[in-house]
Amino acid sequence: MRYLPKSPAERQEMLAAIGAKSIDELFSSIPERFRLREALKIPGPYSEAEIIQYFKDRAAENSNGYTSFLGAGVYNHLRSVVTDTIILRGEFLTSYTPYQAEISQGTLQAIFEFQTLMSQLTGQEVANASMYDGSTAMTEAVLMAERLTGRQRVLVARSVHPEYRDVLKTYAKNSGLLVEEIPFAANGTVDQQKLKGALKDDVAAVVVQSPNFFGVIEPYAPLAESAHASGAMFVVAITEAVSLGLLRPPSEADIVAMEGQSFGLAPSYGGPFAGVIASRDKFVRQMPGRLAGQTTDSQGRRGFVLTLATREQHIRREKATSNICTNQALCALAATVHLTLLGKEGLREMAEQNLSKAHFAISELLKVPGVRRTFDAPFFNEFTIELPRSVKIVNSQLSREKIIGPFALGTPYPELTKHALVCVTETTPRAEIERFAGALKRALEQPV
Amino acid sequence: MAYPKNYRYTKEHEWIDVKGDLATIGITDHAQHELGDVVFVELPKPGAKIEAGKSFGTVESVKAVSEIYAPAAGEVLEANGELHNTPEKINSDPHGAAWLIKVRLSNPAAVSNLMDAAAYEAYIAEKGKETSA
Amino acid sequence: MNEKIKKVSRHINQNEGLIFEKSSPGKRAFELPPLDVPAADPTKALGANHRREGVEGFPEVSEIEVIRHFTRLSTWNHAIDLGMYPLGSCTMKYNPRVNEFVARLEGIATEHPYQPQELSQGCLKILRLLEKCLLEITGMDAITLQPAAGAQGEMTGLLLIRAYLQKQGNPRKKVLIPDSAHGTNPATAVIAGYEVENIKSESHGQIDVEKLREQVTRDVAALMLTNPSTLGIFEQRIAEIAEILHAKGALLYMDGANMNALTGVTRPGDLGVDVMHLNLHKTFSTPHGGGGPGAGPVAMKKILEPFRPVPILVEKESGRLALEPVRPDSIGKVKAFSGNFGVLVRALAYILAYGPGVRQATEDAVLNANYIRKQLAGVYELPYSLPSMHEVVFSDAIQKKNGVNTMDIAKRLIDYGFHPYTTAFPLIVAGAMMIEPTESESKEECDQFIDAMKSIAEEAAANPELVKTAPHTTRVRRLDEVGAARKPVLRWKPASPRSEAAG
Repeated sequence: MRYLPKSPAERQEMLAAIGAKSIDELFSSIPERFRLREALKIPGPYSEAEIIQYFKDRAAENSNGYTSFLGAGVYNHLRSVVTDTIILRGEFLTSYTPYQAEISQGTLQAIFEFQTLMSQLTGQEVANASMYDGSTAMTEAVLMAERLTGRQRVLVARSVHPEYRDVLKTYAKNSGLLVEEIPFAANGTVDQQKLKGALKDDVAAVVVQSPNFFGVIEPYAPLAESAHASGAMFVVAITEAVSLGLLRPPSEADIVAMEGQSFGLAPSYGGPFAGVIASRDKFVRQMPGRLAGQTTDSQGRRGFVLTLATREQHIRREKATSNICTNQALCALAATVHLTLLGKEGLREMAEQNLSKAHFAISELLKVPGVRRTFDAPFFNEFTIELPRSVKIVNSQLSREKIIGPFALGTPYPELTKHALVCVTETTPRAEIERFAGALKRALEQPV
Repeated sequence: MAYPKNYRYTKEHEWIDVKGDLATIGITDHAQHELGDVVFVELPKPGAKIEAGKSFGTVESVKAVSEIYAPAAGEVLEANGELHNTPEKINSDPHGAAWLIKVRLSNPAAVSNLMDAAAYEAYIAEKGKETSA
Repeated sequence: MNEKIKKVSRHINQNEGLIFEKSSPGKRAFELPPLDVPAADPTKALGANHRREGVEGFPEVSEIEVIRHFTRLSTWNHAIDLGMYPLGSCTMKYNPRVNEFVARLEGIATEHPYQPQELSQGCLKILRLLEKCLLEITGMDAITLQPAAGAQGEMTGLLLIRAYLQKQGNPRKKVLIPDSAHGTNPATAVIAGYEVENIKSESHGQIDVEKLREQVTRDVAALMLTNPSTLGIFEQRIAEIAEILHAKGALLYMDGANMNALTGVTRPGDLGVDVMHLNLHKTFSTPHGGGGPGAGPVAMKKILEPFRPVPILVEKESGRLALEPVRPDSIGKVKAFSGNFGVLVRALAYILAYGPGVRQATEDAVLNANYIRKQLAGVYELPYSLPSMHEVVFSDAIQKKNGVNTMDIAKRLIDYGFHPYTTAFPLIVAGAMMIEPTESESKEECDQFIDAMKSIAEEAAANPELVKTAPHTTRVRRLDEVGAARKPVLRWKPASPRSEAAG
């Protein structure tokens, strides 16, 4: 077998050196009755070509040739081939967690650069080396706020991504956290009156997302003020990281939880992505996950090490800030390379293209009879429209024209069954936007 | 390093210096030596209540965290603010400048049950023999 | 250094600053295609939310500088592609390249989790086949592929147990964890809302079954067991342990980190395990990538199936696969979408490469570990006499006599061209040296490792200072971790009179 570097003769030599007659002897500590007599019933062995063929066959059964208008937490953006060139290097791909700093300086410096980029982007003072994804980053941010305030209630905007709220609920059930949802107002932003009404001095965190699940941009200042006035922490979740190229960051936030997928990570049917947690220096000892710090060696040379490890599970065990061990290091590296390639101007330009494409798209779609804009509020690259009939039916009609239509909001928001979330990025050609508008028009002209 | 004769000591390596119903508490030279270079100290705020035998804070090195246990019950009057910026004082002067907290004791008499300097030195010598055995 | 050792020699590598230090306004590394729609006015569209200047401090460099920067950084790393990582319980095996190729295929990497399920049958088939293979390997009845890593898998497993017990009326209070356990075990138990109670190992490093009998009460929800243990030793009384737990209505959770000793040889489901997690980035070859991504699927017996995280993969009558988002007793979601799909693809590619022959990988892993054990016994102290499986734990007791400890030996191993083994873990062995070669190491590499370890033992006796001040050949020497923790510097900041004054 090509992954096993031993010849039959070498195996014999080694057994002889051990003093064992057969390999079975080395398994004698497993009680006889539990040792398998038959081979496992799994497919294979496949040669390299057969493996590739298997996955090509699966790829052919997916969405080839369709143009998608889906966002909703996972975004199609341009990715440079340079990113893969770097992360496919064996020294990055096949290296271990940098616990032994002297032979991991490549990984550690890259993490330090990632932490810096994330702090700069989010307007915070410090960021960690990554979390699993945006949903768990948001959850851990809430748990961090709970530890810091000693309070048990959490107010989450209903306009936060439905799956992020689901993950939070799963974790909250077992930590005694009480999660309450704050509705959205007529213009799609957080209902500030309802928020003020719910805020008492027992709230650990107020959590909002911006742009929110409907694509609407939330006003940070008044929301932060309300939260802080009652001693709660202000937590902001961001699912579309490219928005920070053009939108001012949530510097009022105490903790920012972000999904980094938009930075050079393929959609890949939902993962692996790169969660980000960023906050103030004064809270750093309550931050979960790994942190790379700058230091010097015995000769005064600059180097980097994992630091503040006493927060983590391998030292603190049951008192750790989190149980996280393996995170998303290679994905964070991909994001670092991607952002370094884009640079200051490139990220801004990408964000501007997103803004322009989405605003062009909404004006084209609103020309289609029967289509209305749901929320009258500023948006970045996602917006919500109302259709005169079920979104699911319209989407199946669009599918026949090889278009994957917008996200149907009816399942997570039953009061919005005829509403859909449209996402347009810099990757969507103008011709496809116009074709989408045309197909939508045709779909709505069909008898019900 | 010598163990001050007027202090009392606990099995968890804390010392307490009593004056009337006021006391100063710290960790011993033995404790700082076991811990290694101290990087961070977490102490209670003034007004907090401490209970004899219960943890009231932590001392951290790079690779370990140690709980600090109260030698006696009382109310915290002051925490040593200097240790936030210079935790290394715990390594260099654990019995003096690196005191951790000052308290008002609820039961000053109970302190006499703790080991004196001689008993504590004998205790750590005995422990030393056990670990190398 | 011993002249016999030919594995490494010194080599020049370059200095490289932080990317921010190479930045200069006006440099570009990436250009976008021109905008084909009218440009929107950001100030009009966004008002006060407009970030006029772009991200302050973001680097501005050219493409070649990006390539050189990261290429130079990469040369400072050790990696499996270069040589062995004998890290115990990490299973640092070869990361097959075909896995990378298939994960990047158009039609695999490009799929959106919310696209119509009729247009995702390829993705769903991949998930279904992986589920089936992992169930066959573990001997369990049901599985979830959602957890993003082992620790998340542990949490999911405990939440399943909690939900199951809750449904019966009482979630119970405690989880028993051996003193040899990995730190994620107690950290996870607390997150799942349980108290941790330690269970001691007996003199051979196995669970003390008599103590267990006393400690398992109706307050105990589960025992979290690693098998083989973190000492690399098979828990021989595991069936009895399962019975003791089951008799009191408690469950047996198995930490599957050491599955590399069991795959194809025995099945945890047959041993009495109720629920377990797997580390795909260990046993199933998906790359560590400097610290992740991983995946931690959780396999379980039928009794826990109703509580699985949603969505659930089902096969319809038509043969179509679908993800069902609702199950009344589900614990909910532990992560958005369906898990680290790209990692799952790589694991499936690995399984397909081996097929039923995966048993040979397990056998080679155990062979390598025992070969190393035999050659180094006597050179280093073996604290436990029971047979090792895929990893062996030594201690530094012999070398300690000269003041040389496990950390020093580990650092000196770097000079010989190896990554250190796992130091100071498990906690029950003072001065532990945990060595797991995996099946990916040839006899030649194992022999070089053995020679290096023997040479270091000689150095520890004859020239301890050399070992205590290692490594000597790396681009940085031992780094000041104390300073890094006392005054953490966790990001780059531009040097300016203003920022220096601010401190």
